[in-house]
Amino acid sequence: MNISLRTEAADAVREQRQKNVVAALREVLPRAAILFRHEDTVPFECDALTAYRTSPMVVVLPETEAQVAAILRICHRMDVPIVARGAGTGLSGGATPHAMGVVLSLAKFNTMKIDPVSCTAVVQCGVRNLAISEAAAPYGLYYAPDPSSQIACTIGGNVAENSGGVHCLKYGLTLHNVLRVRGFLVDGEAVEFGSQALDAPGLDLLSIVIGSEGMLAVTIEVTVKLIPKPLLARCIMASFRDIESAGAAVASVIAHGIIPAGLEMMDRAMTAAVDAFVHADYDLEAAAILLCESDGTPEEVEEEIIRMEAVLSAAGASRIEVSRDEAQRLKFWSGRKNAFPASGSISPDYMCMDSTIPRKRLAEMLRAIQQMEVKYNLRCANVFHAGDGNLHPLILFDAEDAAEMRRCELFGADILETSVSLGGTVTGEHGVGVEKLNSMCVQFSQAERAQFMGVKRAFDPRELLNPGKVIPTLRRCAEYGKMHVHRGALPFPELPRF
Amino acid sequence: MDAQDPALARLIDQVAGAREHGTPLDICGGGTKRFYGESPVGEPLEVTRLSGITCYEPTELVVTACAGTPLRDLEAALREQGQCLPFEPPRFAPGGTVGGMVAAGLSGPARASVGSVRDHVLGITLLNGQGEILTFGGQVTKNVAGYDVSRLIVGSLGILGVICEVSLKVLPTSVAAETLSFAWGEARALETLCRWAAQPLPINASAWHAGLLRVRLAGARAAVEAACERLGGERLATSVAHAWWLSVRDQSAEFFVLGEQSLARGEALWRLSVPAVTAALSLPGEQFIEWGGAQRWWRTAAPPAAVRAAAARAGGHATLIKGADRSAGVFAPLSTVLMRTHQALKQTFDPARIFNPGRLYPGL
Repeated sequence: MNISLRTEAADAVREQRQKNVVAALREVLPRAAILFRHEDTVPFECDALTAYRTSPMVVVLPETEAQVAAILRICHRMDVPIVARGAGTGLSGGATPHAMGVVLSLAKFNTMKIDPVSCTAVVQCGVRNLAISEAAAPYGLYYAPDPSSQIACTIGGNVAENSGGVHCLKYGLTLHNVLRVRGFLVDGEAVEFGSQALDAPGLDLLSIVIGSEGMLAVTIEVTVKLIPKPLLARCIMASFRDIESAGAAVASVIAHGIIPAGLEMMDRAMTAAVDAFVHADYDLEAAAILLCESDGTPEEVEEEIIRMEAVLSAAGASRIEVSRDEAQRLKFWSGRKNAFPASGSISPDYMCMDSTIPRKRLAEMLRAIQQMEVKYNLRCANVFHAGDGNLHPLILFDAEDAAEMRRCELFGADILETSVSLGGTVTGEHGVGVEKLNSMCVQFSQAERAQFMGVKRAFDPRELLNPGKVIPTLRRCAEYGKMHVHRGALPFPELPRF
Repeated sequence: MDAQDPALARLIDQVAGAREHGTPLDICGGGTKRFYGESPVGEPLEVTRLSGITCYEPTELVVTACAGTPLRDLEAALREQGQCLPFEPPRFAPGGTVGGMVAAGLSGPARASVGSVRDHVLGITLLNGQGEILTFGGQVTKNVAGYDVSRLIVGSLGILGVICEVSLKVLPTSVAAETLSFAWGEARALETLCRWAAQPLPINASAWHAGLLRVRLAGARAAVEAACERLGGERLATSVAHAWWLSVRDQSAEFFVLGEQSLARGEALWRLSVPAVTAALSLPGEQFIEWGGAQRWWRTAAPPAAVRAAAARAGGHATLIKGADRSAGVFAPLSTVLMRTHQALKQTFDPARIFNPGRLYPGL
């Protein structure tokens, strides 16, 4: 059979399958809640990792928990893969649809209840991260994890990815700020992980569900902790003449027993890009700048800022500026928070990496990245959550240029593998999704990946929830290993590969 | 970890033998928490030889240690660098190990403000039922590569595998700490703790018992001093306060000690984990409240069903810690759906069901 005949046959199978699934779903959902025409499903083809697109067979938009349970029962009965989706802001393709599957859009689950007495909020999965803090603000409370997409990303997605943010060194990740997750198993059975108390009996299933990228259960409602808003926050901006001393300064702050509320680093390429974009008054002469924040009571902040200044000076900071007021503090942060769009303004495309390394290897990593810029002939701007060693190198490239795109992918893989070899991990907060499947082959052994699959099957024996994500197949790793000789050093690197 | 390491190689051999013969293994560390959980059964699998701190770099705020490392050695190494395990793992007797701390998953007085053992575990190397050495997580705080298996292991009482090595997040010891004492009844203590929890105060631990509330403040000196001024109460001398919190952490305080006579009278020690805002619970017997109201210890002769019902009504659960009659189970029963998931997880990590069978729940 030639290729076009084979494609036609596959299309016919898909069409028939789509018809059957839509018919079954119509039994439990109003017509408007089921999308299957290509023009209607286009917006669901990708998440924020737009390079990966798949047209979903069907998209459903339920409004009630009973509908979600019914959808899951139908899909389970008919063996249809399900990809749950929140706001679609994920950066690793965790919500990339399955061509023969249903996208379960949970955007309509958007109510919440703040309880200022217990300092908790019961939040439906489709509520935006920032909306929780906004609703809690009148009580002097807020929800701590603050991923940079917090204006748009949903709490359900945060649970799936175990999202962090710029303040997680001090305040923890999603895992540390969630008490309970209520939802459904793949067969539509209602389930609850964690409790309203600080722990629950049995194995800590809440821990494994958080960060499982929608592969173990469908999250419908989340009970989150709210914490008292610090009375004051002040930020220090410190400049360094070279990357090494900036890296050493980070270690020194921690060595002095200080846990800053935020500790971020940007290299010169990045400060130049963001300063042109938002005019954050950054020191453009510096090889790197650090943003070091203290929060708490006014007494606490005053004491801590003095200690931080002393440590940063001793570490060789060439310039130190402490925010005078809230307006200036926000100005310092405006550059950091706009690092991604600023990169977009200086390059047609950028690829954002997300590995974590031990803090002490920061300078080494940066030097390695500088060498890679030469090796792959591409520019790279760097922002780091330096306090916790989480790097976001932004590789600048042009996706229209196939060779450049390919070099960018190799550059990215090289960064991830270097991170693993320095004792780190391939993803600090963006998740594996589909983007880092190959890198999982590098970080985990076959036995470890098989154990992940065992966990997956313990929750979802038929592998219907978000299949194909996070855990690479044995075959994929074998092929990747063959092609990928050593740390990105391909044989004949000058040859184009498609 | 190196599978060639003789201590580890021996464990792998013993696991292989047990798997072949279907022999249950009783994973042993320092043996200080054998009273916790359902009764241990099986051939002892000694982990204490797997000992020593593998890696500790204070500026990384991470320590990696083998499972059999004595907790007191680990804490001494941290103390030298002005750091600590902020969750204050309890030791009920000398000799507790790092592996035992993680397997039991118990945290001390500061838990409500700083988080639990689970919150501080960054990575675990595990020997599973197939005899494979697997490493999950790592030595960095932010890590979402693959499922968070290392945290699933915390509190699993060894039913999923043998913990071989653990990486933990550590923190600098607080610059200042003060303990305040208030002669208040239960209702006032609970209500006030709840109100304080919603304010930016450096409260690190709290405990109420027999008409006396004690609150520990910890953090920057200025913040602790300001809070002392604001909250009032009576300040305890530092050495007295330190010893007293240790007696709470390790349950050596009189309240927690059940003699033969009390056991014979049918008294038991229960741990009720409930939302902190739960109003005073009414059970017969005596009570010790921690974690701002979220952990309530009861010394009571009430029937297990009554204790469990009281916890469940509040949205929590009850665990039998000490008591002669364990027929009603140590841990609160799971829903059918959760038990099914537990069984499936047991099956994937330990298909021959050799590790600590029945220690968490009968049949698991």
